Amino acid sequence: MFIKPLLRIVPDTTRIPFMRGRYMGLIVSAFLSTASVVLFFYPGLNLGIDFSGGVVMQGRTEGPADFNQIRGALAAQHITEQGVQRFGDESEVLIRLGAQPTEAANQAAVAQVRAALEKGIPGTRIMRTDAVGASVSAELFRNGMLALVVSLVMIMVYIWFRFEWQFAVGAVVTLILDVTKAIGFLAITRIEFDLVMVAAILTILGYSTNDKVVVYDRVRENLRKYKSMPLRDLIDLSINETLNRTLGTSMTVFLASLPLALFGGESISGFAWVMLFGIVVGTSSSIFIAAPILLFLGEHRLRRDAAAPVAVKATTASRP
Amino acid sequence: MMYFSRLKTTIILAVCLLGILLGVPNLFPAPASWMPWRAVHLGLDLRGGSYLLLEVDMKSVIKERLDGLTDGVRQALRGGKIFYQTLDAQPDQDRILLRLRDPAQINEAVAALRPLVSRDSGSGQADLAIDSNPDGTITLTLSQVALSNRASGAVEQSIEIVRRRIDETGVVEPQIARQGESRIVVQLPGVGDPDRIKQLIGKTAHMTFQLVDETANPAAGGPPPLGDEYLPMQDRPNEKIAVRKRVDVDGADLTNAQAGTSPETGEWVVNFTFNSIGARRFADITRSNVNHRFAIVLDNKVISAPVIREPITGGRGQISGSFTAQSANDLAVLLRAGALPAPLTVVEQRSVGPELGADSIRAGAISLAAGFVFVIVFMGIFYGLFGWFANLALVVNLFLMLGIMSLLQATLTLPGMAGILLTLGMAVDANILINERIREEQRLGRPPLAALEHGFSRAYSTIFDSNATAFLAHVMLFVFGSGPVRGFAVTITVGIATSMFTAWMLTRLLVSRWYANTRPKLLPV
Repeated sequence: MFIKPLLRIVPDTTRIPFMRGRYMGLIVSAFLSTASVVLFFYPGLNLGIDFSGGVVMQGRTEGPADFNQIRGALAAQHITEQGVQRFGDESEVLIRLGAQPTEAANQAAVAQVRAALEKGIPGTRIMRTDAVGASVSAELFRNGMLALVVSLVMIMVYIWFRFEWQFAVGAVVTLILDVTKAIGFLAITRIEFDLVMVAAILTILGYSTNDKVVVYDRVRENLRKYKSMPLRDLIDLSINETLNRTLGTSMTVFLASLPLALFGGESISGFAWVMLFGIVVGTSSSIFIAAPILLFLGEHRLRRDAAAPVAVKATTASRP
Repeated sequence: MMYFSRLKTTIILAVCLLGILLGVPNLFPAPASWMPWRAVHLGLDLRGGSYLLLEVDMKSVIKERLDGLTDGVRQALRGGKIFYQTLDAQPDQDRILLRLRDPAQINEAVAALRPLVSRDSGSGQADLAIDSNPDGTITLTLSQVALSNRASGAVEQSIEIVRRRIDETGVVEPQIARQGESRIVVQLPGVGDPDRIKQLIGKTAHMTFQLVDETANPAAGGPPPLGDEYLPMQDRPNEKIAVRKRVDVDGADLTNAQAGTSPETGEWVVNFTFNSIGARRFADITRSNVNHRFAIVLDNKVISAPVIREPITGGRGQISGSFTAQSANDLAVLLRAGALPAPLTVVEQRSVGPELGADSIRAGAISLAAGFVFVIVFMGIFYGLFGWFANLALVVNLFLMLGIMSLLQATLTLPGMAGILLTLGMAVDANILINERIREEQRLGRPPLAALEHGFSRAYSTIFDSNATAFLAHVMLFVFGSGPVRGFAVTITVGIATSMFTAWMLTRLLVSRWYANTRPKLLPV
């Protein structure tokens, strides 16, 4: 362990014919993404307070929380809550109120909930208060979406600039498929979609691109090195050559995020679970989606098939 | 590639050492007060505190300007003996609409209104456009420049007054800053429950002294007599009182206000002092209105309406009106700090109690430690010696990140801690790329030194491309994100930069020193 590596993830001689499963990969991915889009509309995302507006308060009671008592205390003050739920520990309660008609009503609701709890259940402490008005939540949502779109465009431009357009299209299509799956994951798990989730999705974008760039980089290198190898074999070779790195990095990032999901506390563990999901999706999509797309787009452009005339091959393959 | 000049070696080591020195203050409290001990700022979600986003009500700023202008128009027309049918302020269109009784007087009217236009001292632009129609209508439209100047002034003035009010409450290190066109960010470290501060900020606190019209009877219903307005009592909202619209003395003329108890009744009162203008006006009014009532009005509510027993000439006065110690104190604070130019509304609040903040720090630290151990063990098992070089670089990387963030005075938030963890996972990516590449080169039959040379140089472009895209994504997150999410973006972008340095410079240096000392026949990759 201190000098020689103890283990290898896969042997260096691994030659898995990934491209044979290209249709399967694309079909499964297309199915999952379509399902995610359906889930996005029904039942839809569990919008967090950042984007929906409203009030969220986290309280800590002395001893285990009695949810009915809390609901009763709120109802006694004529407060209509959207949910009183356990939040991590059994003495932690999360109270959610929907968006109020005005900013002033939002603020008044905060004071009312506090008063109702302090009066109804003595010993309750308010640990956290988030109140977001309608104008702010609309703005936060717009900025979040803008960040996602602008990042996607910038990534595409960058890859286009550094590689050929087939790579850029392949990467961005794959990224969009990745993001839709992450959104489907959010819809199924009912993890709240808020600003932190936008950060998680952007991080998945960054990570997934990173992974694709490494595979693409090897494809580009091999295109110069093996001038007559069919593109399909060449992509397979490139994936296999980088397989140890792909799995190694995804495992370290996975291992680094895992404790956050397990011990990070209720408010950050959602982020960590989405990250873990994104790492798995991002890693597999490099192999099963991004590479096949590159094969389809590039089959007659990046490289003529081995059967094609030799003269054409030389001119197209030598472009950097 | 594997050769390092003495100078280069020294620089790399110096940067690492500096990073460690800058990072260390985050681990221990300062051992001595004279030492420069700069740690990362903890965000409000970790140390506990409140974030308030306030919005200045721009409509009321415009409305107030138009109201003032309407008065000006009325006086100007009266002076020129010009009669009008209607005179309406239309705040939605930033203008005043005037219809003359006699359209023939239009030129006269425009000439009479001309003095109301003032020009910007710098650009010379008029703040008001006067347009006339032959049918006898005149519009006075505020220019956009003048409006935005006024709005900007209102925000700046509000910030100053909010600061004064918060300072009175004894909150330590509040941060108050402008955001965008019409918003103010208030950060209150250590304040988990900002209710009292919200109450203080939420009042415009515009105080006026107006005479009471004792002939009018609000209870009779109907509109108030000309020049009067019906205002509710502060403590009895259903009871209205008729006061003259004319403001006799304005709260802006107060120089001091203190809460105290009245020696006669023992009730809480607010004692105030006028400046010389206010004192003179107050003396004049009270002298000519002995045995009449005057109203003390705060934000359109009458606090009290006492009878003037004798002229008050000393410039001092007292407000009584069923105060508690707290409410008397609050009013004194508000009067001392001055009135807001426009109402403020809280549009976003994020408060975290110190207890929850401490919980988050603990959870974050445990996750960080566990993630760190996982990554280190993984690298040791799968990459052996070269994995340990990477691990050393990872430790230095952590310190460099903390050091740079301390230097930039960046804020560490809970998502930021998640960002550090992710960076740890991703930082070794560069090392994994390098190690895999070296291994391949060796398998191709290259001797150790050549394998190292090729391994590092070939991995470089891949490392650069893969990090650049992630970097771009997080810069966007910083640009469009807010609050804790920005903290996340900062840690990741800093982490990407430092990890490229440690992987590319430090590991390479370590490997080269190791190679020079041992000259192995085969690399243990």
